[in-house]
Amino acid sequence: MRLRIFPRIVRDSTRKWSHEKPFHWTATYMVEITIRKRPQAEAVITQRKFFKKTAKGKVVKVLRERYLRDDVACGIGSCRECSTALSNTLPYAGSLEHQLFPNGHFVLPDTNVFLAQMDLIESILFNPPMILLQTVVEEVRHRSLPLYNRLMALTKSEDKRIWVFYNEYRSETAIIRLVGIRAATAWYNTHISLTRSPVRGKPQKPNPSVILLTDDADNRRKAEKSDIMSFSVHKYVESMKDANQLLDLVSADGSSEIEPTKAAAGRQVLYPQYLPASTLIAGVKAGKLHQGHFNANQYNYLEGTVSVPGFQKPILLVGRESMNRAVQGDIVVVEVFPEKEWKAPGDEVVDQEATLKNDDAEDSGEEGDENGEEVLVRESQVLSGNNNQKPPSERQPTGHIVGIIKRNWRAYVCHIDSTSLTSTLATSLSTQTVFATPVSRLLPRIRLRTRQAPTLLNQKILVTIDRWDSTSRYPEGHFVRALGQVESKEAEQESLLLEFEVPYRAFGKAILDCLPSEGEQWVVPPKGDLDAQNVWRDREDLRNMIVCSIDPPGCQDIDDALHAKMLPNGNIEAGVHIADVSHFVLPDNPMDSEAAARGTTVYLVDNRIDMLPSLLGTNLCSLRPFVERLAFSAIWELTPDAEIVSVRFAKSVILSKAAFTYEEAQIRKDDPNLQDELTTSVRILNSLAIKLKAKRMAAGALNLASPEVKIHLESAESSDPIDVEQKELRETNSLVEEFMLLANISVARKIEQSFPQTAVLRRHLPPPQSNFDKLQDLLRKTKGMTLDVTSSGALAASLDKCIDLQEPSFNTLVRIMATRCMLSAEYFSSGSVAKDTFGHYGLASEIYTHFTSPIRRYADVLVHRQLAAAIGFAPLHATLHSKSHVERILDVVNRRHRMAQMAGRASVEFYVGLALKARGEAAKSRGEDEVREQAFVIRTFRNGVGVFVSKLGIEGLVTFKRDTQFDAENYTITVPGAEKDVKISVFDQVVVRIEVEKDKNTQRGKVKMTLVEPVDSSIL
Amino acid sequence: MSSRIEILNAGGYRSDGRRQYELRTINIDLFPQGSAADGFATLSHGLTQVSVCVFGPREAKLRSQTFHDRANVNIEVGIAAFSSSERRRRGRGDKRILEISQTLKSTFDPVIQSSLYPRSQIDIYVQVLQQDGGLLQACINATTLALANAGIPLTDFVCAVTSGVHSTSPLLDLTLLEENDLPNVTVAVMPRSGKVSLVTMETRLHVDRFEEIFRLAGEAGKIIHAEMKKAVKDRTERLVAPMQSLGRPATGENDY
Repeated sequence: MRLRIFPRIVRDSTRKWSHEKPFHWTATYMVEITIRKRPQAEAVITQRKFFKKTAKGKVVKVLRERYLRDDVACGIGSCRECSTALSNTLPYAGSLEHQLFPNGHFVLPDTNVFLAQMDLIESILFNPPMILLQTVVEEVRHRSLPLYNRLMALTKSEDKRIWVFYNEYRSETAIIRLVGIRAATAWYNTHISLTRSPVRGKPQKPNPSVILLTDDADNRRKAEKSDIMSFSVHKYVESMKDANQLLDLVSADGSSEIEPTKAAAGRQVLYPQYLPASTLIAGVKAGKLHQGHFNANQYNYLEGTVSVPGFQKPILLVGRESMNRAVQGDIVVVEVFPEKEWKAPGDEVVDQEATLKNDDAEDSGEEGDENGEEVLVRESQVLSGNNNQKPPSERQPTGHIVGIIKRNWRAYVCHIDSTSLTSTLATSLSTQTVFATPVSRLLPRIRLRTRQAPTLLNQKILVTIDRWDSTSRYPEGHFVRALGQVESKEAEQESLLLEFEVPYRAFGKAILDCLPSEGEQWVVPPKGDLDAQNVWRDREDLRNMIVCSIDPPGCQDIDDALHAKMLPNGNIEAGVHIADVSHFVLPDNPMDSEAAARGTTVYLVDNRIDMLPSLLGTNLCSLRPFVERLAFSAIWELTPDAEIVSVRFAKSVILSKAAFTYEEAQIRKDDPNLQDELTTSVRILNSLAIKLKAKRMAAGALNLASPEVKIHLESAESSDPIDVEQKELRETNSLVEEFMLLANISVARKIEQSFPQTAVLRRHLPPPQSNFDKLQDLLRKTKGMTLDVTSSGALAASLDKCIDLQEPSFNTLVRIMATRCMLSAEYFSSGSVAKDTFGHYGLASEIYTHFTSPIRRYADVLVHRQLAAAIGFAPLHATLHSKSHVERILDVVNRRHRMAQMAGRASVEFYVGLALKARGEAAKSRGEDEVREQAFVIRTFRNGVGVFVSKLGIEGLVTFKRDTQFDAENYTITVPGAEKDVKISVFDQVVVRIEVEKDKNTQRGKVKMTLVEPVDSSIL
Repeated sequence: MSSRIEILNAGGYRSDGRRQYELRTINIDLFPQGSAADGFATLSHGLTQVSVCVFGPREAKLRSQTFHDRANVNIEVGIAAFSSSERRRRGRGDKRILEISQTLKSTFDPVIQSSLYPRSQIDIYVQVLQQDGGLLQACINATTLALANAGIPLTDFVCAVTSGVHSTSPLLDLTLLEENDLPNVTVAVMPRSGKVSLVTMETRLHVDRFEEIFRLAGEAGKIIHAEMKKAVKDRTERLVAPMQSLGRPATGENDY
């Protein structure tokens, strides 16, 4: 029974609703509201009853209704019974192109066809009119959401003829017990013949048939029995027009049957259990197990390494099980395999997103894990691709993780993976399980359950990992907060700071209370009786010295100034004056603890996260010109050959006469007309610096290089980058650097003498020679050059010889690569390591510390305090006598220092990306080509090359889809070119096209590089 | 699992096979099964089933609860523990239950002509037997029918329908699955006068969408009204038929 009315309702949403007006149902459009009647008798068909396990583990009975109807359209154009207003119906006669079916046909594939043969279905050549059953769609959705999304995209695309038939709502085809597909096929065939009964006087045209397409042999057999035409995908494709091309796309394991959903099978253990903590500790003590930090490989998510003291080379971990749920930075315990099982690291780029794009957030590991096997197969293919026919010399100790000592989990900046969403509807409030892809390539995807997934798309969000069970492929986490729109500067900047754990909160009141109460008005009190706070006690009055500072342009925190003058005895007096931060930052007050926790000032492209409140950093401590400032001075008497005659340290008051930029100082020095005191002192300093540098180089200091670029910002406010260029280095840069090194070394000697147990020093350990193995091998094979790494001096000398006359930047590249082989410098307390390991490898100095930048580095503040105590200016605070305390502080400072460097680099990278984008757009608007740059190949992979663009200071990855010939021995790959194959080897110069594109899944702006010369890789 | 079910799929079907503007099947039973109630109704919208008993108007048990000018309408709601898929006992003081009975009371206050029965009491007992979305709508519709069945003078029928919006498409008569996922409004209309005696919404809904679904629910109320009226007529005819065969004049509906 149907009740019909045609209410006429206003749909005018612009008219405001008003409560005062009487309510009238007015008319403009018609909706037909009906009551659907459900027969009471056939409860089996019209109700569905099932049991469900809730998240808490309770079993719940669910009862749902189903309304069966007779008006579900068959979708065949101009069908007599099913009239559809929609235009995208299937052709009346079906497809006449297939040679087996001259009468025309429709295809009705089953679920496994879509699960296994999606590539075939997506092909433009595969285009028979297709009937897609609702049952099939839902099963595909249930098994793999990404595949479902691909399928849905197909049904909407113009060049496919697909009709979704809602068989479960049609009374004849509704599934009662799992015979749906054949029932629907049979129904279609009868439906077609019924609606096309012969018309008198016209010859009867044979009816098109509906073909069941399935790879399930059992299904086909049953279909034959009930007279339904059925074909396997392979057989069907064989007799198609473009069989040759299409057969390639038919996947090999397409014949496998679908297993029933393993809902009841319980959870599968994917990872081995960890050993108990006591076993781990005992094993590490006995030397059977090894403990270290886990490092993920950023090129291959299935590989990681752990550096342990027991082996020269880091221990390699291959595959998911070996890495056993370790996350970047965790302290893990590794068991090493016997030597014959050792492997060499893979040489292929394995992208998590590409390999696992069809993995399902809701299923993976949690609910039976249907596509688990599939993932494992894919991953093992990837791993076995790296078959180890490599020289044994490249083999590394290989092992697997047996336990985790300490997790290093924190909040990670992520994006929501849009394909893992079940519903992108903004109003959807249902809880969804989705993947969050961390910004860092070193981290695995994190699974999280959230109600606000649709609104979080396109945002940067913060996610923490909660746990990682052995039954779950991915770690589980929860959403912390949203940072803002992707690619907005605020969100990107904050995400950067969070990603590198930079504390960036504003200074609290307790900290600001430690500042001088005068604030901006604070001045050095006049000498004499008015000096109530005794500031002048034991301070030297150097206000008459011709002191100047030389810094980069726009520098606000000037922490060093210099002076030099000729002494009557022909020697030279040179002074380095460092801002006296320790006068303001007293030990053990809130400001001091905050500075210790921050460790360092972080410089980002458009921002600076200060270690000290800006009143100190940019004003009271900053050695600005023409104001009296407190300083800590190191004053040498040097011979004209830059030999140190004597050195003294003193707290002082200075009055800087000028603040130069490097450029201004350079111009002044080079201008022969200027003969004033300032200029001559700059000249004296410069001549000394040249000699100091020569001496340092002679002693074996390294001239290292790191890619440094400068970003031009449009204006201070908008901070839109316009362009990128390499930083220029002037003579005066070197001038300042030499004197800072001199001061640091002199101070290091002094404090080490006075405090042999707790002096804060900095060292750079010589790198193990094996670090250079690869680079040496590379240079020998590709360029015929040798690298002597026996000492820093030898290395410096051999680096100087690595010159390619055609490619002047080649030397820089080698230096950059050599730098990467080295260890990083670190702060330490002199009592905690043996004295023969104090040396600084890069500077070739036997002792070194940081003294010259107390405004932006906390270690320098400590050094200032120790030096002040060493010269008897003030007693040393008790904490600085405690070795363990100093060590603890320095641990923090070391970590912060590392993080700050990485944050700075990432910031530059982000801006380079923005600049590239701007440049690309500008070029496009001018109708020119995209950005192209010269680049060096720095690494070769089986399926791509790593390139370095020196002009922009960025590294990129060019991957090839097609197979290439890869020669790991000689670091070359051979790529098919337009005419003949082209060989690319490491250090070759190539031209790359650089684009910034947004990754579809992660919304991450990604620099994408493609080779232009020698071959265009976009076609590969 | 539930997140895997599409509320409204591309073909325009809902998860249970209905289209946007189709209401669920309505079953109305107005014959008391061994109950001593004056009025009785069991109503189901799809799988939501509510049974209502009406006693009165009768003398108030407590004098203190009487009003000198009208009848005291007392509504009690009970939700059976087995009514939802997860077993849950709701006591008398449960907030949800109190809320439903309050809502019912305020919905029916303007409809029941209580001033005809001063110093008496009308008791309405609502028992929820099965829940699958649209609980309030079922309670209101069943109460209307039970009151009519009890012969209590009403100014009009009260017909309630839940309506929700999926993205931009309005849906009528939501199931539990839809109710959990969509912003929804329950509207009770008095079809004869076109007045609205209840609008309630516990979710957030964009103001531009509200008018559309509000009007739609009002229209759907009229459809339900027709169905309810038919049920009441059927029942009356069944009652009248035996009396006519006896030749006695029909004095009332409620005297057997």
